[in-house]
Amino acid sequence: MDVILKDVSKTFVTKTFGAVTAVNNVNLTIKAGECFSFLGPSGCGKTTTLRLIAGFEDLSAGEIWLGEQPFSIKAKNFYLPPEKRGLGMVFQAFAVWPHLNVFENVAFPLRIMKKEKSEIIDRVKAALKHTNLSGLEEKYPSELSGGQQQRIALARAIVTNPRVLLLDEPLSNLDPKLREIMRFEIKDLQRKFNFTIIYVTHDQAEAMALSDRMLVMDMGVIQQIDTPYNMYNNPSNKFVYGFLGLSNFLPVNVDGGKVYPKGANGLDLDCPIPGDFTEKEAILASRPNEIELLAEGGFPARIKNRIFLSDYIEYRVDIGQTEIRIQCCEDQGFAAGDPCGVKFNRLKWYSAKDEISEAEREQRKVI
Amino acid sequence: MRAKVVRPISDLARKDGLKIDTGQILMIISAVILFITVALPMVMIIYNVFFYKGTFDWRLFAEILTHPDNLMAMWNTIKIAFLVTVFGTITGLFFAWLIARSDIPLKGLMKSLFTIPYMFPPFIGAMAWGLLLAPRSGYINKLYMALTGGNQPLFNINSVAGIIFVELCYYFPFVFIQVASALERMDPTLEESARIAGAGQLTVIRKITLPLVVPAIAAGAMLILISTLSHFGVPAILGFSNNIFTLPTKIYELIYKSAGSFEGIRQGASLSILLVLVVVLALALQRRILRAGRYDIIRGKSMRPMLIKLRHFKIPMLLVCLLFIAVIVLLPLVIIFLVGFLKAYGLPLKLEYMTVKNYQHVLFISKMARDAMKNSVVLSISAAIITMFVGTMIAYVIVKINPKGKGILEVLGLLPYSIPGIVLAVGVILTWSGSFKINLYNTFWIILIAYIARYMAFSLKSASASLEQVHNSLEEAARSCGASHFESLLDITLPLIRPGMIAGFFLIFLPAMRELTTSILLYGPFTRTLGVAIYAIKEEGNMVQASALSGIAILIIILGEMALRLVTRERRGK
Amino acid sequence: MADIKLENITVAYGEKTVIDDFSLQVRDGECFAILGPSPCGKTTVLRAIAGFVKPQRGEVWIGSNLVSSKEKRIFIPPEKRNVAVVFQDYAVWPHMTVEENVYYPLKKRKVSKGESKKLVQEALTQVRMDGYAKRLPYQLSGGQQQRVALARSLVASNDLILLDEPLCNLDANLREEMRFEIKRLQEKTGVTIIYVSHDQDVALSIANRMAVLDRHGRIRQLGEPEELFKNPVDSYVYRFLGLSNFIPVELVEGKLYVQDETERIPFPYPPPLHLNRKAFFAACRPMNIRLSREGNLKGRLKRVIFLGNIYEYRVQLGKYEIRVQQDAFSASRNGVFKEGEICALTLKDPRYYEDVEEVSS
Repeated sequence: MDVILKDVSKTFVTKTFGAVTAVNNVNLTIKAGECFSFLGPSGCGKTTTLRLIAGFEDLSAGEIWLGEQPFSIKAKNFYLPPEKRGLGMVFQAFAVWPHLNVFENVAFPLRIMKKEKSEIIDRVKAALKHTNLSGLEEKYPSELSGGQQQRIALARAIVTNPRVLLLDEPLSNLDPKLREIMRFEIKDLQRKFNFTIIYVTHDQAEAMALSDRMLVMDMGVIQQIDTPYNMYNNPSNKFVYGFLGLSNFLPVNVDGGKVYPKGANGLDLDCPIPGDFTEKEAILASRPNEIELLAEGGFPARIKNRIFLSDYIEYRVDIGQTEIRIQCCEDQGFAAGDPCGVKFNRLKWYSAKDEISEAEREQRKVI
Repeated sequence: MRAKVVRPISDLARKDGLKIDTGQILMIISAVILFITVALPMVMIIYNVFFYKGTFDWRLFAEILTHPDNLMAMWNTIKIAFLVTVFGTITGLFFAWLIARSDIPLKGLMKSLFTIPYMFPPFIGAMAWGLLLAPRSGYINKLYMALTGGNQPLFNINSVAGIIFVELCYYFPFVFIQVASALERMDPTLEESARIAGAGQLTVIRKITLPLVVPAIAAGAMLILISTLSHFGVPAILGFSNNIFTLPTKIYELIYKSAGSFEGIRQGASLSILLVLVVVLALALQRRILRAGRYDIIRGKSMRPMLIKLRHFKIPMLLVCLLFIAVIVLLPLVIIFLVGFLKAYGLPLKLEYMTVKNYQHVLFISKMARDAMKNSVVLSISAAIITMFVGTMIAYVIVKINPKGKGILEVLGLLPYSIPGIVLAVGVILTWSGSFKINLYNTFWIILIAYIARYMAFSLKSASASLEQVHNSLEEAARSCGASHFESLLDITLPLIRPGMIAGFFLIFLPAMRELTTSILLYGPFTRTLGVAIYAIKEEGNMVQASALSGIAILIIILGEMALRLVTRERRGK
Repeated sequence: MADIKLENITVAYGEKTVIDDFSLQVRDGECFAILGPSPCGKTTVLRAIAGFVKPQRGEVWIGSNLVSSKEKRIFIPPEKRNVAVVFQDYAVWPHMTVEENVYYPLKKRKVSKGESKKLVQEALTQVRMDGYAKRLPYQLSGGQQQRVALARSLVASNDLILLDEPLCNLDANLREEMRFEIKRLQEKTGVTIIYVSHDQDVALSIANRMAVLDRHGRIRQLGEPEELFKNPVDSYVYRFLGLSNFIPVELVEGKLYVQDETERIPFPYPPPLHLNRKAFFAACRPMNIRLSREGNLKGRLKRVIFLGNIYEYRVQLGKYEIRVQQDAFSASRNGVFKEGEICALTLKDPRYYEDVEEVSS
């Protein structure tokens, strides 16, 4: 069943800031069986959106449906409490109950459903097996590592075979190595059981590795909904570009069909201008691995420094007033101070007008 | 940037190993102070009970232990403590849950209202309730009898039930504060995950919330139990007239009856051992319960917990809360002030019978009252300052220097928590009335020493807590900037713990101002404290002046409390 | 003047010996990284140089000054060593403004008011915090607090700054930004830096030389970062410095095969000359494996993960899973593989080790 959000908004009234709109007119359909991520910086409204779906917050406007079943309809003042929505959820801080052992933690939802004893045992065993926790039934959470605790939470969420699994930054309290392993485990579970997964994270690698589709949110507004590949390669605006991976933003003047990087003494960047671009100024976005360093040709520059990173050699050069990062897989043999040519293999064009200042961003942030 | 701060350091090199270790010195000083103030009185009690004229003699102890009056007192002590604990826990738990987890209005206000009884001196409260519910003269009973036309009082406060009721009013905040803070700091996702798993609100309370706050409940309940076991004021005010004794009041009676003779003190000491045994038993119980479940329930993002909607119960519940506060706080407060204005005790509470003479008398005329106020202020301030500095030093040794044998310091420092005040007083008498060629009996100093011993644990705890907040690297950073150990202490550590020290000062000053238990055994003709003076005036039967003096004591405490809030609020601002 | 020399130092806390007979020399003006898993005694080395621990044996020299020697009964306390330290938790004093924090070392060294003012201003400009002089630490972000700590250390010593995992409390973006900042400051001021970390990325990018320690506090390898990364002396150093595959291989009649009971998979690389045994491991980093349609070492693609700048592949080779990473931009030009496809692996310069040592505890 699809999860459908129609014109959903959520406004909090706070003592210090007054009314703050955390989620602003969100429209979204998550298809059954899909793994869908909400990605965005902290305070962008992604967690609030998830909590609206879970039912921990009531909407300020709009509707939420699971297939034919209404969850919340503001116009009719209808609101289904979380325990009646039939969802599974995993929280960032694990939220495993310290007074119950592993078995009882996982059995809890089944006990609430008043299942037969034998069925409970079978289903808990199965859930524990899928999350690699077999044999730890009698342990208490405090005796287990963070990764194991999060596995308990996962087992508890899937034991009822829920229609939708909600995950709220489930891996961000784990160390990087474990995070990677768990990422695969979640993906495998999804493939096995075909859950619909809604996954909230601020880690773009995690979102891209897991999702079929994802959205990027900023200040309560959806910026783009797309597959990870399209999102990374065709970001719809500068914010999305900058949020997904490393980026260079080169401000340029456009004049008479030529492109002049700012502060580059009138040298022009030999690159085509998109047909629909009519403004006088632009921001050209590129990723460090999409830029080549040439011994001859290209935009003339000088290597400022060379840094050895395990997988790449990183160079920094100035193009006019802007420092550009370039990452090469192969050692090109350039050293700091060497002259070089810079060739942009791919550039995205963005308007220079819609910049949002840091101060404004800070103000509109919700916690 | 090459600055001119380079210095040759070879000439500064000096021999190592000859220096005396400052850590060890501080450790020894701390241990000596704690031994003299805390351990010695206890040793003296045991020695004097079991050794008579230099030989071992257990007969006194056996005799005291088997005397039916004393057994009765022990039974009363345990009965009162147990019932106060049970009802206090239920009361505290109910209100804590209501305020932390429901959508009841006026939360901030109610939270501070519920902590008021915590600072109200219980013996003054007992007096107030006496004024209201004494069988014949209590105003409520009189009103009741007038209304019903009978001569049966509504309730006799001079009874075990009365003592239980009054102690309950002042001790339930222990559970309230513990549980409310546990509920507030609890990670809300623990409850949310149960909701999403299909559990309704009531199931969540039953299966998740309550089990998770069991440790907080147990900790609060144990505080009630131990405090009531050693409590003196309320049974002293309400019990004596009806011959109801608890162990603390019995100890006082034995010594008082013998007019402070050595034999009487020995008998009191024997009973003290019995009381300590009961308390130690309770403490052992606490250890077991607390160890059984210590959960880490505070972590994760801070988020507002989902509040349970009371819907149409909202206003009735609010009224219950306000009524409760009115009965246990407002009513006694008002009656104390009103009676203080009466021309004579027993007159109706009407304006025509009112006068300011009583306040005038205790403030400006009565030498005893004025001396008592002066004594209490001087004693409390001196005890608070000395204890604050010594406690901070010992805490610094324990937390930062961390020497071998710091365990002894911790045990000795926290021991007074579990020693009833009356027992400490007996120990102090035995230690400082010439046993070691120093006789401080009947002087100001013996009370000061007792206060220091009694409140050392407060200071130690609050100073340790603020020192633990000061990470070692802050001092180390100062060292690597060129500050010596002493300078880094002065420039970094002390400024950072100053707010904690000031709060610590008030945490000692306030209870010392309303102290009765130890001073009642230690005061001399010229060294009455405020508590002792109130008690004495009341025993003389001069209720109006006792009430007036109580009112003034309460005003002083309220002022101190406001100062404390101001200090702690500033600290939170940083 | 600030060559740092540690000679045979031993530090024990109670019964537990943390570093034993440890020697190290750091040259004047270099940025030296001490790298190792936690705990491995690397912080203890730093604290011995700073003067926060007294080694039970051995000598510590800062330039021509002997600052610690148990045998000669010399111990210079930290405040007289002219060494600045930046801590993992910043250790910015919360009751002082940014300016007062940075001024403190100058005050303790009795530098004149006028001179101090200039130096504080300079240091704050260096770390780009000049607009924040009057703020209190709680008004600053973690990154800003760490900059203040850095400014304070610049003022405290222009000879030697010790950094104890200074970036590990910061988030990834900030961490990257700060490491360039540190590098830039070091190049500009010429101060000697000793940097302790468990994060090899930071060390690789800023250190002139580095030492990799094992869990017993022994130096496994010491040298320039690129040299260590390209020529690790053992599997421990290899694994510590980045992602790795270790493929068990065996030598049969002069040729290499992947160890596998069911299948006979030739490993098409010349056998190593330095190993005198039949079975060992071939090591290769995921970024150093190329995927192509044709080749001699074939496997089945189990998983393809798009991570933005890279494609991550998991290839089944016999019973082993091989991790391969490709730059996504080059891959999109050369063709991307799909899950289930058979593809050929080309390993760039595999290295051989007798064993595979665990790195983390």
